[in-house]
Amino acid sequence: MALLEIEGVSKRFGGVQALKEVSLRVEGGAVKGVIGPNGAGKSTLFDLVTGFRVPDAGAIRFRGRNVAGGPPHRTAALGMSRTFQNLKLFPHMTAEENVRVGRHLKSRAGFAAGLFATPGARREERAIAAAALEAMEFAGVLPLAARPAGSLSYGEQRAVELARALASEPDLLLLDEPAAGLNLRETERLADLVLRIRDRGVTVLLVEHDMSLVMGICDEVAVLCFGEKIADAPPRSVQGDPEVVRVYLGE
Amino acid sequence: MTLELFLQYLLAGLTYGSIYAVVAIGFNIVYSASGVINFAQGEFVMLGGMIAGSMARLLPLPLAVAVAVAATAAVGALVELVFVRWLVRPTVLRLVVITIGVAILLREAALSIWGEGVRSLPYFTGDELSAFSLWGVRVSPQVLWVLGTTVATVALLRLFFGHTMLGWEMRACANNRDSAALCGIPTRRLLTLSFALAAAIGALAGCVVSPIAYTSYSVGGSLAVKGFTVAILGGLGNSSGALAAGLVLGVLESLSVSLWPTAYKDVVALTVLLGILSFRPSGLFGSREASRLGEAG
Amino acid sequence: MRAGPRVRVAVLAAAVVALQLALSGAGKGFYLTQLTMAAYDTLAALGLSLLMGYGGQISLGQAGFFAIGGYTSARLTTLDLGPPSGSGLARALAALHLASFRPDFAGGELLSVAPLAALAAALLLGAAVAVAIGVPVLRLRGHSLAMATLAFGVIVSSVVVGTEALGAADGLHGVPPLALGPFLRVGGGPSHRVENYYLAWGLVVVTASLLENLVHSRAGRALRALHGSEDAAGAMGIDAAALKRKTFVLAAVLATAAGAFTAHLDGGIGPAEVSAMRSVRYVALVAVGGMGNLWGTLAASAVLCFLSLRGTFGVHDDAVFGGILVLSMLFAPEGILHADLGALAARLRGREAG
Repeated sequence: MALLEIEGVSKRFGGVQALKEVSLRVEGGAVKGVIGPNGAGKSTLFDLVTGFRVPDAGAIRFRGRNVAGGPPHRTAALGMSRTFQNLKLFPHMTAEENVRVGRHLKSRAGFAAGLFATPGARREERAIAAAALEAMEFAGVLPLAARPAGSLSYGEQRAVELARALASEPDLLLLDEPAAGLNLRETERLADLVLRIRDRGVTVLLVEHDMSLVMGICDEVAVLCFGEKIADAPPRSVQGDPEVVRVYLGE
Repeated sequence: MTLELFLQYLLAGLTYGSIYAVVAIGFNIVYSASGVINFAQGEFVMLGGMIAGSMARLLPLPLAVAVAVAATAAVGALVELVFVRWLVRPTVLRLVVITIGVAILLREAALSIWGEGVRSLPYFTGDELSAFSLWGVRVSPQVLWVLGTTVATVALLRLFFGHTMLGWEMRACANNRDSAALCGIPTRRLLTLSFALAAAIGALAGCVVSPIAYTSYSVGGSLAVKGFTVAILGGLGNSSGALAAGLVLGVLESLSVSLWPTAYKDVVALTVLLGILSFRPSGLFGSREASRLGEAG
Repeated sequence: MRAGPRVRVAVLAAAVVALQLALSGAGKGFYLTQLTMAAYDTLAALGLSLLMGYGGQISLGQAGFFAIGGYTSARLTTLDLGPPSGSGLARALAALHLASFRPDFAGGELLSVAPLAALAAALLLGAAVAVAIGVPVLRLRGHSLAMATLAFGVIVSSVVVGTEALGAADGLHGVPPLALGPFLRVGGGPSHRVENYYLAWGLVVVTASLLENLVHSRAGRALRALHGSEDAAGAMGIDAAALKRKTFVLAAVLATAAGAFTAHLDGGIGPAEVSAMRSVRYVALVAVGGMGNLWGTLAASAVLCFLSLRGTFGVHDDAVFGGILVLSMLFAPEGILHADLGALAARLRGREAG
């Protein structure tokens, strides 16, 4: 049983069929890429997997459990974490506070405990702080901790968002176009980071445009085009697939 | 309840309901163009009635109404220019707060200028005693003016948005501001125009209902809430829906007076509002997708 | 509590004491009563600050909860239950020590619900109503949420104005003082001014401290995250709906308490005090104090409510708060303490691209 199984999933928005009977498997411990031209349905796929949207048809199973339909906070609690294509940091909070939010699922102190600052809550808060700093260090953004997230550069924000997603110690990490807007050097650093994440035992599913990143680090690559999957194989095979070449380079 | 009494209530309901509908259409015009719900919309109705009331002592009635409509339209444009356009980082929260503030300022300005007194315009045709009987119901000629003006307003707006260049441009603007701008459409000016237009039709409604309803500095608030209720009920942005919804609310409200004390009359509209927002925010005629209203920032 | 906030709480407490000593010493003790009322308003404003300032949920319904608190307390403590051995209700309440005597006009005594019990009932009712309307209403955002909460507030005030049993247009009078202990009482007239003042501001200090704790805790962070990006908050496992409801209820309970205490302080409550404008005022206080700035809201509330109660704004009271709303959104959206005067000057010199 694969960690994530997407089976025959379809989604339509008004007149547009964003996804049409797409099936995909992500094995535990792998780094899987999903590529395709713009409008191919990649982000929609992520939204369906993480429970932000509900599929019109098909099934999505995470560790054997049906997760289609969300709500997002429930799929997150099951062990999934994600970043967003258009960066959704909490701009008025510091980078560190952003990452601490990532520890939400690994902590328990509730409203009352927070209000009265119980010893248990305070102990937990110290643990949260430590774990957040560790995640930030892993992602290489520790020096940015005290800065308001909204004031960071684009690349820095991406890294903080990644640290935040990592802080929840997910089993499956979904990265939505993590290399968008990054230069060559930053992309290489990202690739290195993703591999280190994989080495920690986290399974990664990433949606991307940047071919070099995908081909370089993914164990398997799925190709979507106009909502349909047209290839799903190790990078070498996909690169050589004439259909894929046609879709990307045109006739 | 006798049939005549029922019909009398029905007529009153249709009369007030059509005013609510016009307020709602004002909301729709501004919302479609800018995504802003202008809480001050009710104040435009009030201003129309009050300004016309003052002008009517100096000018013949039609001119007084024209001046009131023009002046209120100018106020509407001013509101957009000063308060909406200047807003840095216009999040939904800030827009809501600022239009509430504007509504209060307009109301307090009216209080300063006209005091607490109730005013009304003279009847457009005839007077209080000119009511005629139709199926046992007393119909005042002013009621016909109200209904007629509402229908004419809706029809003219239809014509404007459907068949004139300016109307098309405004719709393009409403649909997709960036694309419209790329086509060379002066989006910022049109936004101001939409505020002015909404204010103008509000003012006209205020004038036409003034002879038969109480107009004082404070009527704007409840009109805004009821107008908003109707706008939501009919589906935000849907003006035919607003017309139907307005009449429905007006009649519901009117009939409720026969069921419980008049003091609770406003509660009807408020409960409808709470209900519709809670259970069907896309309104009676709107679509599900349209119900994602005003997302934060 | 962390160092910074600890200092702020200490400074506030010191200021409260210093002010009392100064005013009493200078023979201006009557200012204390107005400051006391401002304190209760501050409670409600602090609740709204949490909900709207930190959580981004705009509520125009705090006056509705203020009404629930004020009217419940007022109505229960002014009931005439008859003699303790009379009706079943009177006997039950007396047995449970939930009833007490209060003086009537004629110098006799009437049995009513004990003020403390009435307070408990008011708070419970406020919380219950908040839970009930919170479920449907908090699904809304932006202007819909604003309108829905406004509708709630106006429904409450309309019901109150139209109901004989609640005093209709005249309101309720003769509300007895609320005694919370030997030296702590709410109400009781000018001779108990100082007690009232310290009790009220003591409550504010405690509330501000607790809310400060909350804001920096896991739950508070989740709330702020919600405001920052509801999508990302959900993706991090935060149950947005539940969090909004809890915050809404907390804000509602604070407003309910404010209403109840004010009713005891004033000895009565009327429809004019629970109109929509009250809700708008609280919004103005949070806006000018700064969204996400508890202490800013506290300061703004203390100053502005006091001035308003003193009549400084005269007939233009509402206009002042309307103006505050507008000006703070235009020129200091982060609150008056964060007003970026440099940027403002730049804009006045040459309009920036919209």
